[in-house]
Amino acid sequence: MGDLINALIFLGLLALGYFAGTYFEKQHYKSIKQRERQTRHVPLVTFGAKQAIPEAREVEMFAGSVVISSDYFKTFTLGLRNLVGGRVVVYESLLDRGRREALLRMKEKAIAWGATQVLNVRLESSTVSGSQGRGPISIEVIAYGTGIR
Amino acid sequence: MILTTLEGVPGKEIVEHFGLVQGSTIRAKNIGKDIAAGLKNIIGGELKGYTELLQEARQEAIDRMIQQASQLGANAVVNIRFATSSVAQGAAELFAYGTAVRVN
Repeated sequence: MGDLINALIFLGLLALGYFAGTYFEKQHYKSIKQRERQTRHVPLVTFGAKQAIPEAREVEMFAGSVVISSDYFKTFTLGLRNLVGGRVVVYESLLDRGRREALLRMKEKAIAWGATQVLNVRLESSTVSGSQGRGPISIEVIAYGTGIR
Repeated sequence: MILTTLEGVPGKEIVEHFGLVQGSTIRAKNIGKDIAAGLKNIIGGELKGYTELLQEARQEAIDRMIQQASQLGANAVVNIRFATSSVAQGAAELFAYGTAVRVN
C-alpha cells in the first residue's frame, strides 16, 4: 500500500512537472519572443574593448539577471539521460530561456535610460544548488554591458 | 563615479591609472525562500526570491568596489567584470572587479 502511494505521488509530480513546466515554458518563450521584437532597434554587441570607442556623451553599466529552475520532469529526464549519456534537450531550453531573459532585462533597463547601443556585453552563468546540495538545479544567468547615448 | 565594461570612457581621456579595484560579498539564502524555491522546483520557472537576493548582493559588491575606487581618488571604473561562485552549500559569492582610473 505504502509503495503504491509513493508511486502515485511520484507519477503525480512527474505529470505536474511535465504539464505545468511545458505550459510555463511556452508562455515564457512567447513573452521572450515578443519582447525581443520590441527591443530589436537597440543593437547588443560583444565588442567594445579592442575597437575604437564609439562617439557618445554618456555611458552607464547595465546588468540583468535571472535565476531559473528546472521542473520535476526535467530533473527526472536528466537522471535518465545520465545513464546513457547524450544531449539533454530539456536543459538546453532552460539555459536558452535564462540567457535570453537576462539579456532582455539588461536591454530593457538600457532602453529605459535611453541607450542607442549596448557595448561589450558579457554573459555569466552559475548553478544555485538546493539546501541539500542535490535535487533540482537552478541556474543563475547574468548579462551585463555598457549602454551609450 | 562612471562605471563601464569598456576599456575607456567614450568622449573622455584616461589621465591616470590606479590599478585593480574589487568588491565582493557572500550571501546565504534564507529558509523561507528555500521553501518557496522547493515548490517552484516541481513546476519550474523563475525563482524571483533568488533573483532579488542575487541582485541585491551584486549591488553590494559594486558599492564596495566603488568605495575602494573613490578612496584611491578615481572618478571612473573601467573594464568591469562580474563573477559568481558557490562557496558553500546555500551560499553564493558575488564578485565585481575593474580598473580604477581618472578621466577628464
